[in-house]
Amino acid sequence: MKPLRPVAPGPRLALGLLFFVVFFALWAVATLGGFVSKTFLADPITMVHAGWNLLAEQGFAKDIGMTVWRVLGGFVLAAVIAVPLGVAMGAYKGVEAFFEPFVSFARYLPASAFIPLLILWAGIGEAQKLAVIFIGSFFQLVLMIAVSVGQTRRDLVEAAYTLGASDWGIVKRVLIPSSAPQVAETLRLVLGWAWTYVIVAELIGASNGIGHMITDSQALLATDQIIFGIITIGVIGLVSDLAFKRLNRSMFRWAAL
Amino acid sequence: MSQLAIRGVGRTFDGVRGAAPTVALQPTTLDVATNDFITILGPSGCGKSTLLRIVAGLDSPTTGEVLLDGQRVSGPGADRGMVFQSYTLFPWLTVQENICFGLREKGMPAREQADIAARFIEEVGLKGFEGHHPKQLSGGMQQRVALARALANDPKILLLDEPFGALDNQTRALMQELLLSIWELHKKTVLFVTHDIDEAIFMANRCVVFSARPGRIKNELQIDLPYPRHYTVKTTARFSELKAQVTEDIRAESLKSVFAGG
Repeated sequence: MKPLRPVAPGPRLALGLLFFVVFFALWAVATLGGFVSKTFLADPITMVHAGWNLLAEQGFAKDIGMTVWRVLGGFVLAAVIAVPLGVAMGAYKGVEAFFEPFVSFARYLPASAFIPLLILWAGIGEAQKLAVIFIGSFFQLVLMIAVSVGQTRRDLVEAAYTLGASDWGIVKRVLIPSSAPQVAETLRLVLGWAWTYVIVAELIGASNGIGHMITDSQALLATDQIIFGIITIGVIGLVSDLAFKRLNRSMFRWAAL
Repeated sequence: MSQLAIRGVGRTFDGVRGAAPTVALQPTTLDVATNDFITILGPSGCGKSTLLRIVAGLDSPTTGEVLLDGQRVSGPGADRGMVFQSYTLFPWLTVQENICFGLREKGMPAREQADIAARFIEEVGLKGFEGHHPKQLSGGMQQRVALARALANDPKILLLDEPFGALDNQTRALMQELLLSIWELHKKTVLFVTHDIDEAIFMANRCVVFSARPGRIKNELQIDLPYPRHYTVKTTARFSELKAQVTEDIRAESLKSVFAGG
């Protein structure tokens, strides 16, 4: 194989799917072949049955809906504030000097460690769930966006100045459009992380959601349901990631030229 | 009467971590008349680009001042258009939008912007490429757009910092002719920085030769070749004579700069 040589779209898709097949085959062999006890790991067939049962009889679709809403709600709240703040930090070094040390510090505070505090402050309702997602994504977004904006090519900025651009014109017409594709990529990346926080938030003090179903199933030793829950998260993550990627590509065609 | 007056402009860069400050440009005085095409020729690192950046307002002089029509230059502005050596088209904008960048900043109506853009696209020979993005164009085409973008703003003076430096020889020669024809048409004042002797003589009516670092004006020549100039002028006796003279000047400076370790 030659390093860095691209693969045609057909074979690439086939290879990607092939690993899923291999993965499920190994799982099936381990469980159906009796190598792993059913108590610890359900087999794929039982898992599918459990999943059907969850969706048809136990209203799991509502749990999925709740989880998706929490992720999106918390993430959109974080993005609405983080994007303007990140742009301001990237563009104005004084603003960056003011916020950056604190944001860098806050970024390492684990969102899940705030759950007990947040339950104390916001109860076990939706506000607490949204707050966990918000804390988990906000600081990451701010820093990464500030870096993207700050990395704008200096010669483009200078060219814009010689064309008569004002300081605000530089921000609006050079810094923002030139970093927009990277900012969109950052949003996509952090949305993925938001999914991990929501499940943690739902493990504690929730009455619905995918995470809640997983905790309930643990008490019943229903590994089939737990695995179905995990796979559901994976599938939603994969689909939303692909959709986001496609949206970014169509919005910023120039970046891929 | 001089349109641009460079009065005792010098630039010293602070030393990094206690090192001695670097004198990039010794106090330099130069008067530029309306419609002049001045080439500034010098070995690399002689401060010629620094001088141009100061005129553009992208850098501030340590000493002296730059006056444009009697007004002191204190920052960049649309009255001094610039073309850089690196490709500085905005990659997210099309050719047309790039050319309209400065016009839009002025708040000109879209209709007028389009008319002006169309005229300059035609002049630089890029008709049919209006909707292309910079990455879809060759280096020579990108620099032609950059030239059109600067001209569309109708600046008083055009500053060019080795704009053809990254192009191959053939393209470069064609670009020189294009620039000359545009200059003859619009009668702009041009300040053109280069390290290429042929280029410096072929286009200029005055050629300013810079010394090695720390830079200062070593010599100035009137290039008395008649306009309009055709590329065949490069094979005339007068051209060779001027070239021999400039080569002698610049060679001494290049030797200095090479053996000074820079």
